[in-house]
Amino acid sequence: MNITLGIGDWLSLLAHYLLLSLLSIGGAITAAPDMHRYLIDERHWLSDPQFSASIAIAQAAPGPNVLFVALLGWNIGLNAGGLPTAVVGMTVTLLGILVPSTLLTFFATRWGRRNRDVAVVRAFKQGMAPVVIALLVATGWLLVAGGRASPTDWPLWLLATVSAVIVWRTRVHLLWLLSAGALLGWIGWL
Amino acid sequence: MSAMPGDAEPRPRPRSLTDLFLSFSILALQGFGGVLAIVQRELVEKRRWLTREEFIEDWAVAQIMPGPNVVNLSVMIGDRYFGWRGALAAMAGMLVLPLVVVLALALAYAGFADNARLAGALRGMGAVAAGMIVATGLKLAGALKRHPLGVPACVAIACATFALVALVRWPLLGVLAAVGGVSCAATWRVLKRAPA
Repeated sequence: MNITLGIGDWLSLLAHYLLLSLLSIGGAITAAPDMHRYLIDERHWLSDPQFSASIAIAQAAPGPNVLFVALLGWNIGLNAGGLPTAVVGMTVTLLGILVPSTLLTFFATRWGRRNRDVAVVRAFKQGMAPVVIALLVATGWLLVAGGRASPTDWPLWLLATVSAVIVWRTRVHLLWLLSAGALLGWIGWL
Repeated sequence: MSAMPGDAEPRPRPRSLTDLFLSFSILALQGFGGVLAIVQRELVEKRRWLTREEFIEDWAVAQIMPGPNVVNLSVMIGDRYFGWRGALAAMAGMLVLPLVVVLALALAYAGFADNARLAGALRGMGAVAAGMIVATGLKLAGALKRHPLGVPACVAIACATFALVALVRWPLLGVLAAVGGVSCAATWRVLKRAPA
């Protein structure tokens, strides 16, 4: 995939991630559906397999899941040129997703330690709970569907469903599940 | 927060910014598929920098705030001990080394992107990762049983959110403003009528 990004495009990308940072309640992954909509459907900066691979690699690696955002930027940069633009892309998306939310958390925590049990905070937290939960489920759905939800992909849906139930109901180490998924894909069952 | 009068033993705490950075690096590098469980085990049970109550309190706030929860948590814990420099050190520990690992994996993968078997393996891992995210949502859904709006209203809000995001594919801002706004306002009214 080859794309051309002007300075205006880079600024749009940064602006979009600065905004998503403030919207990503429940973690950066809850903004993944919107990243998919913006980067793939609207801007055509990234392919569907690149999007899924970015999330899969970040999930397989140790560390916070937010790093998939760095990989999305990295891949956009690769599409737009080479390694130098990849570094630019990674820096833009990662700083974009981190700076606003981190500053807000920093100052809000200091404020919150002085004002515990404020009713507005409780209403916001509890009111957002069902929305945040649904966003997580929607993210999983979109990761499998990926825009091409065809009935022939049923083994993929089955694997995702079985994984969800196992993680939900048991304490099996996540690395075993990821390995099993990799193995099933490797031998060509998916 | 403050030590109890009978608390003779000094509370363990990070010795320096370097200690903070390294501690968070070590725990981030152990976190496959999510770091929260490791944070709790390392900082509360092993190093005892935080009591369980302090951890739950900080985690609640880290979740309310937008942004990656575990990064928020590292900022809050770092700030607790060394102010803004501590927040930066803890956050850097959480992100820098894992970022190097992720990039190395991505570069290694790029060399073999045309390999059908590797593409299949990644597709399989992607499906598992998708299932893991759905499971996180299902685990949290248990907390809705005690929600002030009641279970039916919560289910309706969740279904509306899911439909708008996954099926209609609305932008997130619109969904949060419309559904989130209604939900928060309704919760606010219920909480105001029956203060806990």
